[in-house]
Amino acid sequence: MHETPLLSVRDLTIAARTMRGDEAIVRGVSFDVGAERVALVGESGSGKSLTARAVMGLLPRTLSMQAERFAFDGRDLRALAPEGWRSLRGRQIALVMQDPRQALNPVMTVEAQIGEAIDIHHRGLPRTERSERTAAILRDVGLEPSARVLRALAHQLSGGMAQRVMLAVMLVNGPRLLIADEPTSALDHALRDQVLELISTQVERRRMGLLLISHDLQQVQRFGDRVLVMRSGQLVESLAARDLANATHPYTRTLWSCRPSAQTYRTRLPVLDRSSDTWSEIA
Amino acid sequence: MITGTPAGPPASAVAITGLRVEQPGAPHPVIDRLDLTVGAGEAFGLFGPSGCGKSTLLRVLVGLHPYWRGGISILGEAVTPRTPLHAGVRRDVQMVFQDPYGSLHPLHRIRRSLQEPLQINGIEDTDGRIHRALEEVGLPRAVLERYPHQLSGGQRQRVAIARALSMRPRLLLLDEPTSALDVSVQAEILNLILSVRETYAPALLFVSHDWDAIAHLCDRAALMAGGRIHRLLQRADLEQPLPETLAP
Amino acid sequence: MIAATLSARRFRRPGFPQAAGGAVLIAAIVAIAVLAPWIVPFDPLAQDLGQRLLPPSAQHWLGTDGLGRDILSRLIQGTRPTLEFVALVVVLAVPFGVAVGMIAGYVGGRVERCLNGLTDIVMAFPQLVLAMAFTGLLGPGLINGALSLALTGWPAYARLMRAQARLVARSDYIAAARLQGIHGLRLLWGHVLPCCLPSVQVRLALDLAGVILAAAGLGFLGLGVRPPMPEWGAMVADGSKVIFDQWWVAASPGAAILLLSLAFNLLAEGLRDVEDPFHA
Repeated sequence: MHETPLLSVRDLTIAARTMRGDEAIVRGVSFDVGAERVALVGESGSGKSLTARAVMGLLPRTLSMQAERFAFDGRDLRALAPEGWRSLRGRQIALVMQDPRQALNPVMTVEAQIGEAIDIHHRGLPRTERSERTAAILRDVGLEPSARVLRALAHQLSGGMAQRVMLAVMLVNGPRLLIADEPTSALDHALRDQVLELISTQVERRRMGLLLISHDLQQVQRFGDRVLVMRSGQLVESLAARDLANATHPYTRTLWSCRPSAQTYRTRLPVLDRSSDTWSEIA
Repeated sequence: MITGTPAGPPASAVAITGLRVEQPGAPHPVIDRLDLTVGAGEAFGLFGPSGCGKSTLLRVLVGLHPYWRGGISILGEAVTPRTPLHAGVRRDVQMVFQDPYGSLHPLHRIRRSLQEPLQINGIEDTDGRIHRALEEVGLPRAVLERYPHQLSGGQRQRVAIARALSMRPRLLLLDEPTSALDVSVQAEILNLILSVRETYAPALLFVSHDWDAIAHLCDRAALMAGGRIHRLLQRADLEQPLPETLAP
Repeated sequence: MIAATLSARRFRRPGFPQAAGGAVLIAAIVAIAVLAPWIVPFDPLAQDLGQRLLPPSAQHWLGTDGLGRDILSRLIQGTRPTLEFVALVVVLAVPFGVAVGMIAGYVGGRVERCLNGLTDIVMAFPQLVLAMAFTGLLGPGLINGALSLALTGWPAYARLMRAQARLVARSDYIAAARLQGIHGLRLLWGHVLPCCLPSVQVRLALDLAGVILAAAGLGFLGLGVRPPMPEWGAMVADGSKVIFDQWWVAASPGAAILLLSLAFNLLAEGLRDVEDPFHA
């Protein structure tokens, strides 16, 4: 990719302060995200969610972050102040989290939330313009901008609808990068594909970059271009999504092939060799 | 179908006819007119969306949910809502719960969680049994001195399975035992369940919303929705991918 | 919350210094009570009408009261009836309240409704007024006073326990225990009770401060310990007669009551922060 990548990260380290000094939870993570769909996959404890939080500027205060390079669209974010982050998030970088009904404001209507998102980054926009943009974005995410939808509150929306509204709120200002942290984990299986399809289409249509955090390799193979595999705080492999079935790294191979199916009936599934894992919980 | 005579091995592990289950305070029954038979040693899957009543069915079977009517026979013995499952059948039916973070007592060490049921039921050689149980589920003995919060989700679930196995049940109910676990840990647990089948051959009733897990583990399955069984699936049906029309 | 208690990191948790401070203070007062007969500078009961109402001095650190008795000695001696009173109230009220609440919460149904009704009725009575009525009926004294406070104090624990027991009863680990054949008293004592106790602990520490004040109140009204026993509340009552000119006679026992209440409060707040840091 000869153009500046949207997101560029080199040697990212996230550490926690403990009684024994700083303990690195995520180490040496490097990757780029361009106008493509990149998936960050791993199991619990792999550090993928923390990495996503770091990239959003939302690490908890008890953790510290260091990187040799951390830039968005060429702009260095390492020492960015909170005000800088606020202007970036929602405008250039959009975030979609796991449970949409919790991420949406419980006392604001759909219309008001989208309106607020518009207002924060486009002050003084005339009302008609705002309503038009609201209606347009709702149609984009597959919702009819009817009075019922516009006036709905978060708890009145189903899981799938809530995720679409979340997307609408996030996309209305035309961001360049979308970071989605397990956007379908809280949804029923049937809805997962639909929502990811939607995200994928929107990202392509708007020529955005997508950083998708997921634990579901099958999902990622269908909806991603590149896959970054994390384990125990480190990036162990980076490969094209279509090559997942033929991965070379033993961890990725096992992760891919350990899924049960009708074909594995009454056979033993391949499992990970955990002998090298640190048993810090037991210690 | 309901014999009531405990002599001889039962032909079916579970035989349910015309079951109706209510939830106090709810206007509609949770389960309505359900018939089901699970053979001895069979692995039977219950597939359906959340809220379809599959977990409630398990709770009815173990006696945790008493608001029901109909005919239920477990391992050849008829049960009623009022029967506290008396000692014999209780030992023979065990359940593994969904949430590995909730099914072990948070303030008891693992040793106590494994030992107390053995002591209660007058089983001798508790230490020997416990050590063997841990070996079966692949956990080190160091685990005995830990509290549940010091173990990972997969380890907790293994302890839960060890606890269930220590009773040598002839019917094992599994309520989404791997839903809360990572896919690689789920593989380990599924392998464990497979070896349990090979060693003890209990009947299994496996509840899940994961079609692949059911296709992997079960001989037969039923599709549940809205408190009813919509379709019974044979092994050949399970070999097919989940058709759109059946998706919850 | 329960797991947080077991973590070795609790020493760095907010609240530990408070809890430790409170505990140290209480321990010191208990030590004083135990060693009282040996550390009193004067005989707490010895009257010397020639030395009445003397201000604090090198000889009488806190001065003397209306009957010439050394106030410091009476304070020190007074730790005993005060602590005995508190202990008695706790021993009587808490187990009863805990049992009622746990059974109500766990068993549910009609039993719960009955016990709730009983709890609500007793709770409706203002504590001190009922305590006064009891001691009026049974006669004043340490045991009767403690009994009357206990009889009106247990409902708070019953309510707490009931709420907790209801939650715990629905948990998977209790269901699992029942499936393994554990039931009845063994289940309640070994499985349900340990999960419900932490909240009781915190409430208790907080209540103790209140009990001390109630005891002092009863003593002030002459319904507590019989004279000439040096109970702090009674001492405040005596001192209130001369409060404008000889303020130290009432202020000294008052300060002691304050100190002990404070100690229990610190312990309670600290404990609450240690157990449940999210409420801090």
